[in-house]
Amino acid sequence: MKFTLSWLKDHLDTKATLDEILYALTDLGLEVEGVEDRAERLRDFTIGYVKSAEKHPDAERLRVCQVETDEGVKQIICGAPNAREGITVVVAKPGVYVPGIDTTIGVGKIRGIESFGMMASEREMELSDEHDGIIELPSGEVGQSFVDWLAENDPAKVDPVIEIAITPNRPDALGVRGIARDLAARGLGTLKARDVDAVEGEFACPITVTIEADTLDQCPVFYGRLIRGVTNRPSPQWLQDRLRAIGLRPISFLVDVTNFFTYDRNRPLHVFDADKVKGNALRVHRAKGGETLVGLDEKEYTFDEGMTLISDAENVESIAGVMGGLATGCTDETTSVFIEAAYFDPIRTAYTGRALKINSDARYRFERGIDPEWTPYGIEHATRMILEYAGGEPSEVIVAGKIPDTNRTYKLDAARVQSLVGMEIAESEQRQTLTALGFRLEGNMAHVPSWRPDVMGEADLVEEVARVASLTKLKGTPLPRLNDGVPRPILSPLQRREAMARRTCAALGYNECVSYSFIDAASAALFGGGNDAAMLENPISSDMSHMRPALLPGLLQAAARNQARGYNDLALFEVGPAFHGGEPGEQHLLVSGLLVGRTGPKDVLGASRPVDVFDVKADAEAVLAAIGAPAKVQILRGAAPWWHPGRHGKICLGPKKVLGIFGEIHPKVLAEMDVKGPAMGFTLWPEEVPMPRKAGATRAALTISDLQAVERDFAFVVDADVEALTLVNAAKGADKALIEDVHVFDEFIGGALGDGKKSLALTVRMQPVSETLKEKDIEAVSAKVIEKVTKATGGTLRG
Amino acid sequence: MDDLKQKYLSQIADAGDESALEAIRLAAVGKKGEVALKMRELGKMTPEERQVAGPALNALKNEINSALNAKKSALADAALDARLRDEWLDVTLPSRVRPRGTIHPISQVTEEVTAIFGEMGFSVAEGPRIDTDWYNFDALNIPGHHPARAEMDTFYMHRAEGDNRPPHVLRTHTSPVQIRTMEAEGAPLRIICPGGVYRADYDQTHTPMFHQVEGLAIDKDISMANLKWVLEEFFAAFFEIDGIKTRFRASHFPFTEPSAEVDIQCSWIDGQLRIGEGDDWLEVLGSGMVHPKVLAAGGIDPEAWQGFAFGMGIDRIAMLKYGIPDLRAFFDSDLRWLRHYGFASLDQPTLHGGLSR
Repeated sequence: MKFTLSWLKDHLDTKATLDEILYALTDLGLEVEGVEDRAERLRDFTIGYVKSAEKHPDAERLRVCQVETDEGVKQIICGAPNAREGITVVVAKPGVYVPGIDTTIGVGKIRGIESFGMMASEREMELSDEHDGIIELPSGEVGQSFVDWLAENDPAKVDPVIEIAITPNRPDALGVRGIARDLAARGLGTLKARDVDAVEGEFACPITVTIEADTLDQCPVFYGRLIRGVTNRPSPQWLQDRLRAIGLRPISFLVDVTNFFTYDRNRPLHVFDADKVKGNALRVHRAKGGETLVGLDEKEYTFDEGMTLISDAENVESIAGVMGGLATGCTDETTSVFIEAAYFDPIRTAYTGRALKINSDARYRFERGIDPEWTPYGIEHATRMILEYAGGEPSEVIVAGKIPDTNRTYKLDAARVQSLVGMEIAESEQRQTLTALGFRLEGNMAHVPSWRPDVMGEADLVEEVARVASLTKLKGTPLPRLNDGVPRPILSPLQRREAMARRTCAALGYNECVSYSFIDAASAALFGGGNDAAMLENPISSDMSHMRPALLPGLLQAAARNQARGYNDLALFEVGPAFHGGEPGEQHLLVSGLLVGRTGPKDVLGASRPVDVFDVKADAEAVLAAIGAPAKVQILRGAAPWWHPGRHGKICLGPKKVLGIFGEIHPKVLAEMDVKGPAMGFTLWPEEVPMPRKAGATRAALTISDLQAVERDFAFVVDADVEALTLVNAAKGADKALIEDVHVFDEFIGGALGDGKKSLALTVRMQPVSETLKEKDIEAVSAKVIEKVTKATGGTLRG
Repeated sequence: MDDLKQKYLSQIADAGDESALEAIRLAAVGKKGEVALKMRELGKMTPEERQVAGPALNALKNEINSALNAKKSALADAALDARLRDEWLDVTLPSRVRPRGTIHPISQVTEEVTAIFGEMGFSVAEGPRIDTDWYNFDALNIPGHHPARAEMDTFYMHRAEGDNRPPHVLRTHTSPVQIRTMEAEGAPLRIICPGGVYRADYDQTHTPMFHQVEGLAIDKDISMANLKWVLEEFFAAFFEIDGIKTRFRASHFPFTEPSAEVDIQCSWIDGQLRIGEGDDWLEVLGSGMVHPKVLAAGGIDPEAWQGFAFGMGIDRIAMLKYGIPDLRAFFDSDLRWLRHYGFASLDQPTLHGGLSR
């Protein structure tokens, strides 16, 4: 919302400075977004009076003037033809910057005579192109600021333009008068009385208006009046200046009148060229659907069933509250004008405007809510202005429907206001504020003014009182704690787990990414998603059409982008939600890591090598350990098809309880996503890791033996597809009390063993508890290990 | 005997390696060495002679032995020195690569915010990213026709043919978590709700996903003055500037009443933003007293309870604090950016250890 300072002063009698007004606006909730202050750069120009002017002894065209200024009489040399005794002028003293000539005035000598300043022309102050001579003012006191003089006598020249942001609850502030009312309530002046008397009609209005019965809730009231014999010309200068200042283009007087009241009073009007209205009848009705109209913007619109339209005897002529039609619009030839002031339902107007994609000043105001009570005044104000500038004879006013009743009251609870705001505001002050804003108080019941559709309860009264009192003055008061003393922990176990997983991943060398929760359908489909349930209805682009079913596709896309930038060795991870459906709660927390390329750049030590499955396995195990997963897990196969079928493992507690998956990403997936592989990944489900059962921090007692542990190595030849974990578990089962650990330390495939065979070597560590192991005890356990392993695997001890 | 001593000591001194030294040892003090031979001669001596020669020979033997040992360790030292000289390495060669992981600024700043509000007694509440339009709008006093709905650029979920429920939304703010937590826990309440939110907007300063933290405190007599104190304390702690100036401006949100936008003091010098100095103001936060209708929607009696709520952008305050210029880069996962703006894994922000890195 834009307006000028002098426009504001049409409604507000105030002595406040521009800065005071700007501060108050922002503080009141009408946030100032910008000010164009054309006066500021002329701030130092003052008014002077030429006491005498004599010809320069050495120059025909120069005058030596003695000029009275606020600093006494100064000698100024001037070359303007009108420089003469007895005129009131504008003086730039030494040190003043003159914008039109881009010069700062100094003390100088002109043809041998000293000059202490300059008398300025309009062009030199960039007020106009006038440069035939220096300014001669018809009034003004010596020493007075020229800007102040302009503000009083020719305000349009220096009228600051103020732009404020309007929150959706304040349609009244979309009119200059509403803004003035807020400032008056704050104490920055008094609101001027502005409403005019009704204009007597000179003849019956020849155009009739009807509102169809089923349309009365969309357009409860319609006021109209015809004025005949008008002359539509360009608007008077003051009106053109105002509209231009706020960024509107003056069109013709009749149209400009409607724009003026739109901004002056938040009262959109429409003017029809009455001679083009067919059948002398206007009808407000609901669209049947399919009707069309070329709007004032010269675009054709087609209407949906139920939109509010205004038609004459033959055609649709206007989209109610949104835009008029081109055919019946006023032009320079218009001599008979029909003025419309109606009230259109905000919700319906919003839907219509949104559906037709029309953003007009009228729609913007009707959908927020104009003052229905002011509808008849709108007609009268417009009539007076038209009669004054365009002449003509007014008809009687015709009315269809009736003004909707907005009367409602809410209780003012002064104590509640203080308790909510936390500020001492006397009840009398509260009442005074509300009264100044147009509320009418009866006892402690406040009647809401018709221009405040947003006030819908007692809490709204509190807001009005608080914002006028100024929240800037509010003093902070400590918030009492719910618990005294040392703060208690505030994170849930899962929140702690999430943080721990995140920091462990980073400690393992992964860089954390935060990627968008939505990805393209193809990538989602590669990871089991991409179905309609997880689809956005209005994605911002086709790259972001589906909620991600997993974190890996986002990380793979990130890898592809980094590879394209020449970064090939990547360790990326993300912690965040993935979505298995489109209902609230159909999301689950994941931790995923991705390794691509090598463990590091090629190096002199030969340490760099391509990343492999056992890197991600180690990392997945480390993160699981950090978040408290049990050490004893199963490694199963058969995970989803985006994993390499032979190179992945599911870390499980039983076949259905999957804590995580690690492995190589399927080469086809990499190809589809333009990632140069191979790539290794892991995904963990932190919510699946069982929460510890015991409460309290006490650890189990440590039992350690002083007796020496013994290690024995075994090598078995087994079929190549026998898994190491089978051997380990079998060996561990040989003597659960004695065998502390079984560790695979070598794998050898093929060679002399023949195809389809491999050798696995285990170290079995035995920890005696009660007495030192004797050789025969060790041999007994060894025999048991061999028996268990060969039985479990069908393999043999390697000789 | 002095000749003998002289001879061997000088031979020892001249010995060049361990084998030469061994040869000298055998020749001098070995079983058949010269000193041993002299020892044998003792038996032929008179007791008086023996009394003189015996100790002298023993002393000679000891002296040669210790000279041998000294020389032996000197030779060993010299050999070690020589070896170590040969073992010179170019230690300016690059070290073995240890990968250095990083924490994303959003995670780091979320932890900073959590540490501060945790100290003030707020716990962390979470909620779904896909939510019903009731939780996202209606419960927050934003009815269907409210202009705020259109202004929020909401993402809607697809609805299957025949499913006539209103479409779910990607939450446009973290405020639905307020409602869910009020429903679940009732009053009194002190929570913050950090997390991702979504709006259909993409340009230099907007991304379709960003992060907010919401705060909510409900009690019998909480006022806007408490809200102001909490936020002043927060900004002082977060930006680590004591007495940082904030400005409360009246504003409007459907879910709070009265409402205030909060600005913090800043300056712009050569296009660079500095927080906590100067005469300019930067809007960072929306807040207010929870609207009675919102309390009622959360199942809390607005006659008995009142409280405040606030919401701010995590990405935004991260940008302000750490001087990160472009929001879009937060979600691009450019390795260079992650390394430059990321935080070390063990750099966990705490109030006792400090929040800034």
